[in-house]
Amino acid sequence: MNFPINSSPHVLPITSVPIIMRHVLYALIPSTIVYVWYFGFGIFINMLIASIAALISEAIMLRIRNRPIKPSLADGSAIVTAILIAFSIPPLAPWWLPVLGASSAIVLAKHLYGGIGANIFNPAMVGYAILLLSFPVQMTHWIPPQIENLGFQNIDLWSTVLYSVTGSLPSNLNLDAITQATPLDIVKGGLKNGISINELRSGPLFSQLGGYGWEWINIFTAFGGVYLLYKGIIRWHIPVSLLTSITIFAALFYLYDPNQNLSPSFHLLSGATVLGAFFIATDPVSAAATNQGRLIYGASIGALTYAIRTWGGYPDGLAFAVLLMNLMVPLIDRFTTPKIYGQQQ
Amino acid sequence: MLKYPLFQSFYGGVHLESHKNTSNHKQIARDFLPSRLIIPMNQQFGSDAIPSVKVGQLIQKGEVIGKPAEKNTTAVHASCSGRVGAIEKHPVPTAGKVSTSTCVIIETNDENNIAAQKPPLFKNHLDKLTAINHAGIVGLGGAAFPTAEKLNRKSSHCEMLILNGAECEPYISCDDLLMQEHATEVLRGALAMMEIVGAELTVVVIEKDKPKAIEAISNAIETIGSKCIRLTDIPTMYPTGGERQLVEALTGKEVPSGKYPIDVGCICQNVGTAYALDCFFQLGEPLINRIVTVTGQGVKNPQNVAVPIGAPIVELIKFCGGYDGEVSQLILGGNMMGYTVDTDQLPVTKSTNCIITTKKATTPKPFEIWPCIRCGECIPVCPVRLLPQQILKAYENKNFEELGKLGLSECIECGCCDVVCPSHIPLVENFRKAKHLRMQEIKSSELSNAAQKRYELKTQRLSSQHANTEKLHADLKESIKESSKNDMIKAAVERSKKRRDKK
Ligand code: SF4
Ligand code: SF4
Repeated sequence: MNFPINSSPHVLPITSVPIIMRHVLYALIPSTIVYVWYFGFGIFINMLIASIAALISEAIMLRIRNRPIKPSLADGSAIVTAILIAFSIPPLAPWWLPVLGASSAIVLAKHLYGGIGANIFNPAMVGYAILLLSFPVQMTHWIPPQIENLGFQNIDLWSTVLYSVTGSLPSNLNLDAITQATPLDIVKGGLKNGISINELRSGPLFSQLGGYGWEWINIFTAFGGVYLLYKGIIRWHIPVSLLTSITIFAALFYLYDPNQNLSPSFHLLSGATVLGAFFIATDPVSAAATNQGRLIYGASIGALTYAIRTWGGYPDGLAFAVLLMNLMVPLIDRFTTPKIYGQQQ
Repeated sequence: MLKYPLFQSFYGGVHLESHKNTSNHKQIARDFLPSRLIIPMNQQFGSDAIPSVKVGQLIQKGEVIGKPAEKNTTAVHASCSGRVGAIEKHPVPTAGKVSTSTCVIIETNDENNIAAQKPPLFKNHLDKLTAINHAGIVGLGGAAFPTAEKLNRKSSHCEMLILNGAECEPYISCDDLLMQEHATEVLRGALAMMEIVGAELTVVVIEKDKPKAIEAISNAIETIGSKCIRLTDIPTMYPTGGERQLVEALTGKEVPSGKYPIDVGCICQNVGTAYALDCFFQLGEPLINRIVTVTGQGVKNPQNVAVPIGAPIVELIKFCGGYDGEVSQLILGGNMMGYTVDTDQLPVTKSTNCIITTKKATTPKPFEIWPCIRCGECIPVCPVRLLPQQILKAYENKNFEELGKLGLSECIECGCCDVVCPSHIPLVENFRKAKHLRMQEIKSSELSNAAQKRYELKTQRLSSQHANTEKLHADLKESIKESSKNDMIKAAVERSKKRRDKK
């Protein structure tokens, strides 16, 4: 009998890139549901448009770079990027916003660096940053929670689709009337104008813990994150260090002056904190490699996010914090290389 | 009985499906008698033994058929009685690969009476070591390093004998069964080793997933009543059974790169080796059998078998009920570090601890391969604390200097990084190629360095020769000039003399 010769180990692989990406998508389901509950179906439309744009750009770039198209399209990484971008743009947005975001993420941040695994920056955050810098108005006009007794004019699915496709609303709706800044935005602007946190937080967009609705989105995002931890898709180092460092900074400043500084719970439960901790900063490609390095990486992102939110020019600094730390990864990796067994340092 | 505590936990490693219960529920089969033996002369680390029998000669079980070629190598014995059918070259599985070796082929008969044996007597320590070599005893964990040689490393004091019964690789259960059935003999062998190396303590290491072996050994320790044998049960994790990993976990000391455990006061021996040594000391039996785990989905009756060395694998499989349907590959050793062979016509050697027959091909992986996504999964699992992803990158860039810095040569090819990689990159295969290329590179750079040196020497020699000739020429010219000058003066003097004379 003749048998084939193969290289060891002779073991079936435990996991694969598509499996990882699939679990990431599963883990985003709870927060998506809560998001729809508070902000309507707009995010669905954005997810759909962004995914299509991402897949098309991915296919075109693979074609141009002369790479096999099918395995890379099927690995799901482009979709994950697209979904994360959909999470970071307003639910009510013209169609070209998700298209631009997703395609610039895939083309500029991913393929110009050499495709999956070779990119320095987190593609979703590059897409978001480009949108925020180019279209600050569209990117910061959020709709208020679509809850009946909150006192805001709500928008139905049909009008959302109409706005996405044509860029204008039905005549009975006024864009200025139905859009609002995000809670983090309001606090930032308010503090600048000398309004105290207490006054600001008595507004209808705020709740006990954070921004109205946002606290639940963040909490359900955390459930998804715990699922990823449980499945072994991500390790605890980045989320834990990131959330801890934000909490510590927020607590210090909050204790110093609760009227000028937001509470730790507000920092944790508004904006993209939890999404960032579990889904964005943990992007394997652009994060630090070793566990030790990841603790440093996560903690630095937390600190930078706090700093940008508090003193910087943008209401939510997470994206920029991630991008800045992406730049530092080679340095972190260099200094956290474990000592090889049996070798002198 | 006292347990020996771990100094620190193991670094890295992965939890694998153990597959041990495929083969560990049956007693060791001891009635396997092959019709033919292919006994290789290179069953050990070091140079081959020299055949000492003739074709046609009748030989008895246990008789020497290969004499050690050098002082530090081992003898080879007939593992069954029979007639020498041929002495010829044959492919043979050795530690890590198949190579060709001179083999003595024996057509066995069923007389099988063992050559007269009695417990050996030794005059002194050296005598004992030589006797162990002559009994053909080598490490049975897989590397087949001569045991006497290992016990003889006197570079430093040995404090601890680590008796390795961890058996962390999936599928293999031969040590497990051996400890269950022969705990006392194993420990007696360990005591004998301890005496030879002068250690004060033996620690038997067994993975927690072998409760029966643990029980048998701890009972035996109590029966023997020796205070210097301890047991430690270690977590079920691959590759806790690696020598260096064990030394670190038990003592907290790392074996320095390029050194041996003895350099930090430890000696590691496999439980099977201890058993073989005991058989020799108690009964005078040389090493002619070993226990082999025959397992996997592709064989009808997976089990452990006491196999005469040199038995063809095909006969062993037949003994275990034959193949069960289509078999996709034949692996010698465990499924993590073992290697596939293309034929079952090979003999079982002293390093064959396990034969796995699989039904589904696992490599080349029938899966997509993606580029490295830098997920870092490979890093915390590496027991040597390497950075597999960076080694891969350096290899792809053919950056040999970087490969050296990243510790490529320390990689034990355990495969942990490989199995956790979500991109299905065959990391171990790549690292093996990288090691090979790097060695070539180093060699060729050494060669070119040597050539450079030779060239420099030559030019130096030539230029000095050149300088010498120049000088010679110059001197000659000078002397010619001198002499011609002298001649001219002489001639002039002569001439004036003549003129004067004429006058
Ligand atoms: S194969 Fe080499 S690099 Fe991979 S885990 Fe084992 S020792 Fe580390
Ligand atoms: S496990 Fe594979 S994909 Fe992940 S970093 Fe290591 S080599 Fe790259």
